[in-house]
Amino acid sequence: MSRAASSGTVLALRRVGAMVLRHYFLLKGSWPRALELVYWPTMQVVLWGLITQFFLTHSAWLVQASGVLIAAVLLWDVVFRGQISVALSFLEEMWSRNLGNLFVSPLHPVEFVAALFTVSLVRTLIGMLPAAGVAILLFHYSIFSMGLPLIVFFANLIVFGWSTGMACSALILRYGLGAESIAWVAVFAFAPLSGIYYPVATLPAAVQPIAWALPPAYVFEGMRAVLFEGIFRFDLLAAALMLNAVYLCLAVATFLYAFHIARVRGLLLQGGE
Amino acid sequence: MQALAIRVEGVTKRFGALVAVDDIGFTVKTGVTTGLLGGNGAGKTTTLSMLLGLLLPTSGRLFVLGEDVSRARRRVLPRMNLSSPYVDLPRRLTVSENLTVYGHLYGLVDVRGRIGELADELELGSLLARKTGELSSGQRSRVLLAKALLNEPAILLLDEPTASLDPDTADWIRGYLEAYRRRTGATIMLASHNMSEVERLCDEVLMMREGRIVDQGAPEALIRRYGRRNMEEVFLDIARARGPRAAQ
Repeated sequence: MSRAASSGTVLALRRVGAMVLRHYFLLKGSWPRALELVYWPTMQVVLWGLITQFFLTHSAWLVQASGVLIAAVLLWDVVFRGQISVALSFLEEMWSRNLGNLFVSPLHPVEFVAALFTVSLVRTLIGMLPAAGVAILLFHYSIFSMGLPLIVFFANLIVFGWSTGMACSALILRYGLGAESIAWVAVFAFAPLSGIYYPVATLPAAVQPIAWALPPAYVFEGMRAVLFEGIFRFDLLAAALMLNAVYLCLAVATFLYAFHIARVRGLLLQGGE
Repeated sequence: MQALAIRVEGVTKRFGALVAVDDIGFTVKTGVTTGLLGGNGAGKTTTLSMLLGLLLPTSGRLFVLGEDVSRARRRVLPRMNLSSPYVDLPRRLTVSENLTVYGHLYGLVDVRGRIGELADELELGSLLARKTGELSSGQRSRVLLAKALLNEPAILLLDEPTASLDPDTADWIRGYLEAYRRRTGATIMLASHNMSEVERLCDEVLMMREGRIVDQGAPEALIRRYGRRNMEEVFLDIARARGPRAAQ
């Protein structure tokens, strides 16, 4: 006698239910995937709520420096591209199950990190330069009009992107591809706090100290100082450089520790979910 | 006296409560092909991974070419290589691109020349321009073997080198490995479930069960000692925990 349920419809519904259950099991066993579900809507509401709040009281602000929003978008993209390029290059090795081959070669983990940073720099430039060109063509705004400060802003933002990307890669190495979504969303956690489109002073007083702990907040304040007042704030640059140095060291150390743990737990021969 | 290529002393590897490798010790002489045999979960891949430093032992020491792997891994890695079904090459890169990347990682002087040599030896010429992900499993095995031979390793570790291959391709790879060892004097260590492969290729065999080395010797000596006709029967005796006396 067959052990299968009777009607075709019931069986079909059971198969649908089984697949739903498969994804429920996946979510239940992977906190990064569950976190991602609530992360995006929350971040969007917070970011655009703060932007709205700022412009309600500063509607004449943009008139003083018309390119400020475009410059902010382009520079924030440096953080995003810097971070995602590091994380994606690492993920490529996980997806292709190539880590084991790489690390039986003489490649040192520090060399691997240096390669990830180099690839990230190239990918960020490839992504940013055409966008800057489009801004010139369509909106008659050239980010290059900022002059030398642009190089300093770019360097600080990409280094912060690298730190975030390294931390993400460490988590992916430790928790496997189940943590992959972190690579896509991590940097946006810093967006509302970084004062990209509004001054840090717009943020609630309680979170302003957190914002001042992030290098991008200093960069975007510095960018506004250049665009609105025509001055370059060396104090902001010094703070950004110092914080970036600390975060980069911490991120690389975290990755190297994750690599050590991977050698203890045998994760370099694994991958998958 | 023949020098030692590998020396393993009291090595244990635990994953939490699981003891994957339990206080093993063995030596492998230079230029010898040694088989690492055992059922699934016996500790073969774990042992190979520790020899390469991909995995750190919980206790004990592993020496390869006279160097302590946990301390001087980078000094020996240029002289070793691995082919394993548990690792792969980037599928979107062509075979040539993959071999070029690894040629540079191993610091080869003439990367293109070496790829050309291997393409001739392993009959890869027609595959070089193809994406690695488009290859059949037999073709991919040859490419993985080419990656493992790029640096002409003094120690070649092979994890199930002919698993999932058709008999013709498997036989071809065994023939190539025999020729490679004769030509270079390399030390080969292979984990395999294929007993005819072991009888053909291996001078020595280490039998593992539940993380321990339970027997070792030359294949013909083991067959004699267990009173069996071939290594397949010896393997079954050992896997089912029947010693030489019980088997007779």
